[in-house]
Amino acid sequence: MTAVLQLDSVTRAFPGGVTAVHQVDLTVHRGEFVAVVGPSGSGKSTLLHLVGLLDRPTAGTVRVAGFDTGALPDRSVSALRARAIGFVFQQFHLAPGVRALDAVADGLLYTGVARADRRTRAAETLRRVGLAERLTHRPHELSGGERQRVAIARALVKRPDVLLADEPTGNLDSVSAAGVLDLLRQSHAVGTTVVVITHDHGIAESLPRRVELRDGRIIRDTADRKAYAP
Amino acid sequence: MTLSPPRPARLRGTDLLLIGVSGLRTRPLRVVLSALGVAIGIAAMLAVLGISASSRADLDRTLAALGTNLLTVSPGEGVLSGEPAALPAEAVPMIRRIGPVTSANSVGLLQQARLYRNDRIPAQQTGAIAVLAADLGLLDTVGGRVARGAWLNPATADFPVTVLGATAAERLGVTDAGAQVWLGGQWFTVAGVLDPVPLARELDSAALVGGPVAASRLGYDRHPTTVYCRAAPDQVLAVRAVLAATANPADPLSARVSRPSDALAAQRATDRAFTALLLGLGAVALLVGGVGVANTMIISVLERRGEIGLRRALGATRRAVAAQFLIESLLLSGLGGVAGALLGAAVTAAYATMQGWLVAVPVPALAAGLGVTVLVGVTAGLYPALRAARLSPTTALATQ
Repeated sequence: MTAVLQLDSVTRAFPGGVTAVHQVDLTVHRGEFVAVVGPSGSGKSTLLHLVGLLDRPTAGTVRVAGFDTGALPDRSVSALRARAIGFVFQQFHLAPGVRALDAVADGLLYTGVARADRRTRAAETLRRVGLAERLTHRPHELSGGERQRVAIARALVKRPDVLLADEPTGNLDSVSAAGVLDLLRQSHAVGTTVVVITHDHGIAESLPRRVELRDGRIIRDTADRKAYAP
Repeated sequence: MTLSPPRPARLRGTDLLLIGVSGLRTRPLRVVLSALGVAIGIAAMLAVLGISASSRADLDRTLAALGTNLLTVSPGEGVLSGEPAALPAEAVPMIRRIGPVTSANSVGLLQQARLYRNDRIPAQQTGAIAVLAADLGLLDTVGGRVARGAWLNPATADFPVTVLGATAAERLGVTDAGAQVWLGGQWFTVAGVLDPVPLARELDSAALVGGPVAASRLGYDRHPTTVYCRAAPDQVLAVRAVLAATANPADPLSARVSRPSDALAAQRATDRAFTALLLGLGAVALLVGGVGVANTMIISVLERRGEIGLRRALGATRRAVAAQFLIESLLLSGLGGVAGALLGAAVTAAYATMQGWLVAVPVPALAAGLGVTVLVGVTAGLYPALRAARLSPTTALATQ
């Protein structure tokens, strides 16, 4: 199995003395579906930023798609992000007034794909997430669940090595949340590596692998047989 | 395993442009208002340049039509005595004998003659109209035109007949040929009224009579007070050098020679100084417009941190983010520049048409205006763009 994400004793300390992530080792292989769970303040978001290459560790190494990112300049890290990583956020991050098709096409904006191709692929991906009828709708014309589907389509359109979802159901009612989760499962089923961050143990329990985080340390990882000290 | 580091994909020009346009489209009112600042600056500068160019074009046209080869000689004052000097009666024939002089004609001021609308007007109310004895060829030499009626001819020059300058006719209330006026204590008939004479303004407020009738009825001593002469255009300076001595060989230092077109040329130069001042004011307006654009861009960067974070997450490099905001700034001021150029050209055209001038919108100024707009856009956008680029993706995403 190829490792898509590989963290070796990664630490992220912030100025002022807060260490959000402490000596974390984590490997995610291609095709996995991982839940990262933990109470708020446990370092989940920081961890996601680190594996998503939005932030850099103060110590340790982060490898994404085979690249040791610590050695790369910001330009290359951005390029890697454009190519390898799809983000889904709790707040959707859809620009007001931008049609679903254009929002999804923007997922390919920084990958070098020509505009016409971007739109074709965006339409295709929107159909795949069940929004074939919503191509020209703007965010305010969509329900919360539909907005998150657009955001997931934007992340999937480039066929990323890994899809990182930060509390993807945090802003949704339970029905929409179930729909979004189903969509993530379907994506996983067709081969996408998915990492979901959640504080919802119900969701986490339903996923094949769970990584539990507390105070910046991994206290349990169901992929490992070895026990972590609490 | 070693992989070569990934290289960011280059954004196409059209993509950058579309990103910039979409950024502006979400806040149309703000875009219009801050573009307006630049538009006013550019319009002000272009209108100033356009109006002064139109005015200069008009002066040039006037100068070309009137010619710059007209010279005048007047007696001046005796160098030693300080008394008013007189030109000899033979001044005109002598000047005509200078080779490059193509024509020379004179007027003689009749000091004692006064002109009134009729014989009942009190003597003090002269209306400041001078009575001049004119040579018949005068009108051609000064480039004057008859507005109504006719110019003097050999027949009417012997009789109590006068031709009025434009201002004189207006002051007297004479609108047509055929009227009778009270000139030097006798009735004279108005034969014609002249158009204004740009190169000899003194004729506008004068009544012109023929030499013979002036001599016989108004006591004209045949000493001209101004001689107008035209010289071959390339010999004007040479003629000017010998004109005083030719006109008054007995006292050449007293004779005063001038070139009336110099006054128009001077007006052109004055115009330029004034233009520089107004241009400065336009530049200040443009500067204020530029500050407005910078302000809008900074607010935009602050408001759109979430968008910046998302673009970074989608893989935008710092440079791509900076380029996006720089292009927005350029579009913003470019929009203002184009609107300002149109407005400036429209103002110039309207004003020049109102003044009856040729419309001259200076193309170099137009190009310079648009160039300056680009400069304003880059300058105003640089700091906000760099700020946007430096924003850390995690901070940007955290703000909602």
